[in-house]
Amino acid sequence: MREKAIYILAILAAVVMISNLKTVFTGLPDEAMQGAIYRIIFIHVPAAINADIFFTISLVTSILFLMKKNFFWDSVSVSCIEVGTMLVLLNLVTGSIWGRNQWGVWWAWDLRMTSQLMCFLLYLGYLLVRPAIAEPTQRATLSAFIAIFAYADIPLVLMAIRLPNVRTQHPGPVLETGTMAAEFRAPFAIGILAIFLICSALVLIRLHQETAQREIDSLRRELHSV
Amino acid sequence: MDITNLTFLFYGYSAAWIIITAFVFLLVSRGRRIDRELARLRSLVADKEKS
Repeated sequence: MREKAIYILAILAAVVMISNLKTVFTGLPDEAMQGAIYRIIFIHVPAAINADIFFTISLVTSILFLMKKNFFWDSVSVSCIEVGTMLVLLNLVTGSIWGRNQWGVWWAWDLRMTSQLMCFLLYLGYLLVRPAIAEPTQRATLSAFIAIFAYADIPLVLMAIRLPNVRTQHPGPVLETGTMAAEFRAPFAIGILAIFLICSALVLIRLHQETAQREIDSLRRELHSV
Repeated sequence: MDITNLTFLFYGYSAAWIIITAFVFLLVSRGRRIDRELARLRSLVADKEKS
């Protein structure tokens, strides 16, 4: 059943992604100021939005684990964080390439970019600390606390370009201010959906691996007790 | 499409797909390792229960 869901999600994601890339590269006009490079927005921003979605799921499941002590929630949490961290890396790298072209520098230490880098490092820390703890309950509990702590950075990332007295190098919000042209909105929304579908398939694969890993842990304990 | 900035657009999308592909390869190789370990441990437990 889970395998079927993964295949369906992956095929759907591929179809949506390919048709959207076709629209982005052949159907949309160049942006007046930036030329062709603005098309990075159709992968750069959807990656960040999806990372925030998966980190929010990990926050909820971490709290659920602490409340119910059910390891399923811990597995969902680590799966979402792993995929979310990959998306933040993708966001940072594509943003840096865009910045090099538009600003002439690979990196600017403004609030948005620095808080996003902090976000990447916090969740990377989660992924590095986790395997260092052998005892499963202790590992899941500490991981849940780190996930909740790391999530505190997300509102800062979101607010960094919206705070009234903060000047940032990063462009301001384009969705709620209505500065994005109407013809760009549909491919942008479909880009978010495509990355969500790809990453949901990856989370399901990762979840399956976590379940198998727990079985390995229990078999090892059984072997030691025999 | 205007060819201005096309090189950086190519770099951006290439980097994105390299990151996603590397992550998928990482998942697949870890999955194989986990499956092998699981099969090994299952047979070990079965052997111990027989003896």
